[in-house]
Amino acid sequence: MANEGVNQSRRRFLVAATSVVGGAGVVAVAYPYLASWAPSARAQAAGAPVEVDVSQVEPGQLIRVEWRGKPIWITHRTPQMLDLLPENRPRLSDPDSTVVSQQPVYCQNETRSIKPEYSILIGICTHLGCSPSYRPELAPPDLGSEWRGGYFCVCHGSRFDLAGRVWRNVPAPTNLVVPPHKYLSETLVLIGEDDGGVAA
Amino acid sequence: MRALVDWIDARYPLTKTWNEHLAEYYAPKNFNFWYYFGSLAVLVLVIQLVSGIFLTMFYKPDAQLAFASVEYIMRDVEWGWFIRYMHTTGASAFFIVVYLHMFRALLYGSYKRPRELIWIIGVAIYLVLMAEAFAGYMLPWGQMSYWGAQVIVNLFNTIPVVGGDLVTWIRGDFLISDATLNRFFALHVVALPLVLVMLVFVHIVALHAVGSNNPDGVEIKKFTGSNGHPADGIPFHPYYTVKDLFGFGVFLILFFAVVFFAPEAGGYFIEKANFQMANPMVTPDQIHPVWYFGTFYTVLRAVPDPFLGVLLMFGAVLILFFLPWIDRNPIKSWRYRGTIHKFNIVFFGLTFVVLGYLGLKPVEPFYAELGLRLTAVYLLFFFVLWFHSKPRSSLFSWLSFLVLVGGYTYWDYLRLEAGVDQTLLVAMWFIPTVYLVICLLLPLYTQLNEEKPVPARVTS
Repeated sequence: MANEGVNQSRRRFLVAATSVVGGAGVVAVAYPYLASWAPSARAQAAGAPVEVDVSQVEPGQLIRVEWRGKPIWITHRTPQMLDLLPENRPRLSDPDSTVVSQQPVYCQNETRSIKPEYSILIGICTHLGCSPSYRPELAPPDLGSEWRGGYFCVCHGSRFDLAGRVWRNVPAPTNLVVPPHKYLSETLVLIGEDDGGVAA
Repeated sequence: MRALVDWIDARYPLTKTWNEHLAEYYAPKNFNFWYYFGSLAVLVLVIQLVSGIFLTMFYKPDAQLAFASVEYIMRDVEWGWFIRYMHTTGASAFFIVVYLHMFRALLYGSYKRPRELIWIIGVAIYLVLMAEAFAGYMLPWGQMSYWGAQVIVNLFNTIPVVGGDLVTWIRGDFLISDATLNRFFALHVVALPLVLVMLVFVHIVALHAVGSNNPDGVEIKKFTGSNGHPADGIPFHPYYTVKDLFGFGVFLILFFAVVFFAPEAGGYFIEKANFQMANPMVTPDQIHPVWYFGTFYTVLRAVPDPFLGVLLMFGAVLILFFLPWIDRNPIKSWRYRGTIHKFNIVFFGLTFVVLGYLGLKPVEPFYAELGLRLTAVYLLFFFVLWFHSKPRSSLFSWLSFLVLVGGYTYWDYLRLEAGVDQTLLVAMWFIPTVYLVICLLLPLYTQLNEEKPVPARVTS
């Protein structure tokens, strides 16, 4: 076959059109493969928001629930605990919760919570991921006279107050994370979802 | 026999391939010690493939079963411990051999024209090797597997906007879990080895097309002997096949000494925390990567801002791709470059090793400051390499020196205001500064960077 009588522009068009269709096919077939890496339906079900009735938490008590494999602390702070919170301010690294990644905007306040009495935190130290212990007592011997109640990480000695705010000069760099959550009723809280949608 | 070969040759280029790549592939006659590491890398690749295939026959990629199946291999499978220790030792040996192989390229300018593409393919091999090693380290599902993966995967979390979703996509779950283990297993045993073997093949094809460099950095193809082959070349087979076999022998003695007598290599080849099963609720006291990632881990930690740290860490690896265009000096081998260039190369090698050591240490002020300064040296090395591409004027030398030193000194000033230990900062300030005085200013006032004439043919 010689090149005589070849319609060059038609040949170019056919080559281009075939390439475009083929390219679209590659993209179309790539999508299912890439999408298969997203969390499966089973993982999403296990990562679904968790409902908790906070009225069952006694004043001063901390309960743990699990959400996405992480411990979530729900602490019912007494009025006395709330009164002591401002006393910690001079010892804190970020007393006004200015690091936006550590809490949703609606918890960027003095108590880092929607309702002052209920503190909801992810119980994982922001240093290297240990789970700190709940130490609500005032000035215990091992934690010193400045302790006004809070969370103490035994792994590397990080200290947080009862709003999950980190002390200065401890290994942990930032405040404890407040997960997205919202109140479905006066006492029923949904962890993992807020009015902005389900957590990423 | 002859008839059989003829029969095949009529249907497949068997003799042709044999001749092109072995019997009539003419390699420079002056290869030295440093030229063992290419063939050793192929040997280690074969060890890893064979031992890896046998490990998959007993291993179970399931978060519930993985740890126990590795213990099963170690205790119950006949010779299982031997196969596994070959694989774990092979992983570290691979990096030792590859690092020496890359350093050889630095010494003799093997990345320079016309071998840029060989170098680029080589860096790609190195990247895939790192991914392969990382995926493999996760499979025993010990504490360090889990938390190392946690730290490394979370690096992507620092990317603005898409980071969180990207990490969830990589993990396939909201935490490192069975889904993550399963996909890393698939990558480790199928996808990445395939890519690795293909890249190695292309690396060797490219090498055999342009021909090997040598310690003198001269092109042997310029002088052909009476037989039409390079006068300073000798056939790869039998000359270098025999030489490499000797290298294999020495290497295997050392390799099996580790396999039999020190398979954990003091916690460097197999970390102690990995003898405990992965536990998402308990963090080990200290998380650090395996030794071969230490250098880049230190670079990551040197920068206080997480995202900048990640960018710098990837930058420290990816800058290697551009090496052929950074070092534009026409002289390939360091034998004919100035003394200061030799210092630069050796000091870079030392910096790389010390950075690697620091990557395994906790972040204490002394280590952190040293890591920061040596990270600066690591990056400045590439500037100096470019700077030495040709003789520089006195004005340009001083200007470069003042801008670079001024730049980090200003940053130090900001750090001082933020309350960093002053004595330590000032003492360590001298490391990059003295380095720059030697590399940028000494060539102006001494003969130390005088280059020597390159011979036309190889010297020995």
